[in-house]
Amino acid sequence: MFYREAGDFKTSYVADGQTFPIRFDRMRYYAVLVAAFGVIPFFINDYWANAILLPFLIYAIATIGLNILVGYCGQVSLGTGGFMAVGAYGCYKLMTTFPEVSMIVHVLLSGGITAAVCVVFGLPSLRIKGFYLAVATLAAQFFLVWLFNRVPWFYNNSASGQISAPEREVFGIVITGPNASAWATYLFCLIFLTFCALVARNLTRGSVGRSWMAIRDMDIAAEIIGVNPMKAKMTAFAVSGFFIGVSGALFFSVYLGAVEVGEAFGIQKSFLVLFMVIIGGLGSIFGSFAGAAFLVLLPVVLKVLGVDVLGWPTDIVVHFQLVIVGALIVFFLIVEPHGLAQMWRVTKEKLRLWPFPH
Amino acid sequence: MIRNLMSAALAVTLVSGPAAADLVFPDLSYRTGPYAAGGVPFSDGYNDYFTLVNERDGGIGGVKAQVIECETGYNTEKGVECYEATKDKGALIYQPLSTGITYQLIPKVTADGIPLHTMGYGRTSAANGKVFSHVFNYPANYWNGASGVINHLLEENGGDLSGKKISLVYHNSSYGKEPIRTLEELSEKHGFELKLLPVDHPGQEQKSQWLQIRRDRPDVVVMWGWGVMNQVAIQEAANIRFPMENFIGVWWSGAEHDVIAAGAKANGYKAVTFHNVGDDFPVFDDMQKYVVDAGLAAGAGDNVGKVLYNRGLYAAMLAVEAAKTAQEMHGVAEISPAMMRDGMEALVIDEAKMTGLGMPNFGPTFNVSCENHGGLGLVGVTQWDAENQTWSLISDFQETDGDVINALITEDSTAFATENNIAQRCE
Repeated sequence: MFYREAGDFKTSYVADGQTFPIRFDRMRYYAVLVAAFGVIPFFINDYWANAILLPFLIYAIATIGLNILVGYCGQVSLGTGGFMAVGAYGCYKLMTTFPEVSMIVHVLLSGGITAAVCVVFGLPSLRIKGFYLAVATLAAQFFLVWLFNRVPWFYNNSASGQISAPEREVFGIVITGPNASAWATYLFCLIFLTFCALVARNLTRGSVGRSWMAIRDMDIAAEIIGVNPMKAKMTAFAVSGFFIGVSGALFFSVYLGAVEVGEAFGIQKSFLVLFMVIIGGLGSIFGSFAGAAFLVLLPVVLKVLGVDVLGWPTDIVVHFQLVIVGALIVFFLIVEPHGLAQMWRVTKEKLRLWPFPH
Repeated sequence: MIRNLMSAALAVTLVSGPAAADLVFPDLSYRTGPYAAGGVPFSDGYNDYFTLVNERDGGIGGVKAQVIECETGYNTEKGVECYEATKDKGALIYQPLSTGITYQLIPKVTADGIPLHTMGYGRTSAANGKVFSHVFNYPANYWNGASGVINHLLEENGGDLSGKKISLVYHNSSYGKEPIRTLEELSEKHGFELKLLPVDHPGQEQKSQWLQIRRDRPDVVVMWGWGVMNQVAIQEAANIRFPMENFIGVWWSGAEHDVIAAGAKANGYKAVTFHNVGDDFPVFDDMQKYVVDAGLAAGAGDNVGKVLYNRGLYAAMLAVEAAKTAQEMHGVAEISPAMMRDGMEALVIDEAKMTGLGMPNFGPTFNVSCENHGGLGLVGVTQWDAENQTWSLISDFQETDGDVINALITEDSTAFATENNIAQRCE
C-alpha cells in the first residue's frame, strides 16, 4: 500500500536517477523539509533548540562526515573529536580576526581548514589499513587536543584557555552569542545540514562515491579496474574533514558558545560520533540522521521520563541511562548489525508488500 | 492502558512541577562521573540547607524554597541542557560548580537576566561588577586563593620567598589554568621560581609529573586539582616522600576524600579555604533535628560536616541571605531573578548575621557592591590531621594581595568588555 511503485512511470533519465524514485518516499521527504523549514521555526523555544534540535543537527553533520570516511570509503577514523576541534578553533580565529565577515563564510572556511588538516592526517591511510589506521587517527586526536591546549595563539592568550564565541551576524540576524534567538540558530544549522546531506548524498551516488565504495569493498581489485586509491582516499578524507569541520564550527559557535578543547573535543567525542555511525548504519545518509537522533534524544527522553515523570533521584537516572543506552547498543548490534538504516530499509520493503505479503 | 499511563504521567508532572509561589533554586549537581566525589557532598549541603530553612523557618520570608536538581556530570553539554530546562521554572540563581559550565552560562544568564554565583570558581575577573552585571564570585576567587597560598608561604618563611622553587600541579583545563597568571606575577614580585606541571583530565595518570618533582626537588608544591586527581596527587606525593606540610592545595583540593586514601602519610597536607570546616557550629544541631532526624537529608545523608558539604551549605546560606536582602529591598516575598540580583549586589555578611544563623566565623565577613562582585577575598588555611581524620583551620581568613589581583581583574575584564562591546556600569 505504501511505497508502491505500481503506476509510478519514469519518462526521462533524470526522473529515473533521482534520489527518491518512489513517489510516496519523495512526498515524505518534501513533507519533512516543509516541516523543518516552515513549521518548526515558528514553534521552537530555547529548550528545544539548545537541548535537542541543535545538538541533533550538528551531530548529524559530523556523523555524515564520518560516515563518508568509515561507511563509504572504509577508512576507520578515531580522530573525529580532534577534527571537530580544528573546525571550532578555526572558526574562533576567523570570527575574532574578521568580525565583519558573515558567519556563513567563517563556517565554510573552517570546514575547508579542517579538510586540509584531515588530508594531512589521512596520508598514512595510503600505507596502512584497519586497526593500524585507527591508531594513526587516534594519534591525530591526541595531538590536536594537545596542540590547542598548548599553543596560546589558538585561544587568543586568554587566561583560562577557553574560547568564547562573540556575537556575530548573518544578514543582520544574530546567530552566535546569548542574544541569538532560537529560530535563527536552528535555521542556520538546518541550512548547513541540508546542504551537507544533499552534497553527501549526491557525491556518494556519483563516480567519486563509487570509487570510495570500490576501495572499501576491495582496494586491490579497485586499483586493478582503474580506481586511483590515493585520489579516492584523499577525497574521502577531505570531504569527511570538511563536514566534520563545519559541525565543529557550529558546535562551538552556535550551540555551546564557549568550549574547552579537552572537555568538549576529547576522545569520548570521537567515540560518540563513531557510535552514531555504527548504530545508524554504515554507508547510509539516512542512517547518519537516525544514529545522531538516537544518541542525542535517548538520554534526554530517559531523563525526562526518570526525573520529571517518575521523580527518581538524578544520579540513579543517569546510571540507568548508561545501562539502558549500553544495552540498546548491544541489542541493536545483535538484532540488526547494519544499523537503524537497515531496519528502515526492511520496514520499507515490508510496507511495499503490505497487506499482501505473498 | 496507554491512556491510563498517559494520564498518570500527566498527573505526576502536574504534581511535581513547581508551584507558582515557590522560590526556585536550581541545583546543577554532579553525582556521577569522575568528579562525583566532590559533587555529591556539595550538592547534599546545598539541598539540606534549603530543607532546613523550609522546615525550621517555614521558607524564606514565608515563601518555601524549592530546589530543582539537574545532573550535569561536569559536562558542558548537559549543563546547557539543565540550564535551558530549568530557567523557565522561575530560577532565581545558578550555581553550576564547574568552571567550564560557568564560562558558557556567563553570556546566557546576562542575556536572560538571571544571576550566577560562582563561589571560589568560574571566571575570576567576574569580580568586576562594572563589566559582569549578573555574575558574582564572592567571597573569594581563584586569584585570591593563589595569593593566599603565597601569603601563607611568606608567613612561614619570614616574609622572604626569593630563590625558592615552587611547582604548580594543575588540572589542564580552564579551571587549572586560572591561577597561572597571578602566580607568575607573584613570582616576579617575590622572586620565587615557578614551574608548571599540567595534569590531563581526569588525572589518574601523574607518574611523570611526580617524577619531575622528585628530580627538581621544589621547596613547595601547589595543587589546583579536582576530582580523582587530588587523591592520586596526594598518594604520589606520599610515594616520593614529599613533605606534606610543603604541599598545599586550593580549596577544591582539600576535602576528606582527597586525603583519606593516602592514609597516615597524608598527615599535614594543607589547603586554602574561604569557609570554616567541621561541624562544631549551632547550625548543625538544627540540621540534625530538622533534616537528618526527620529523614529529609539529601543523598545518603552521610556527608554532614564534611568540607565540601559545608561549602554547599555556605553557598546555600549566601543565596538565602541574598534572597532575604532582595525581599527587604523590594518589599515583596516572591522575588524575581532581577530582584535576586539586586539582593546579591547589596549583600552584607557580617559576624552578627552569621552568629544569628548559628554559623559564627563560618566564613569571612564581606559586602558586595555594584563595582565589586567578589567580596574582600579573605582566605584562610586548613590542615589535615590524619590521626583524628579532621581538617582544622590553622590560619584565619586574611587579606590577599589586592594590588596584584585587582590589576589583573581590571585587565582581564576590560578585555572581555571590549571583545563583547559591554558598556561599563556603576558610573
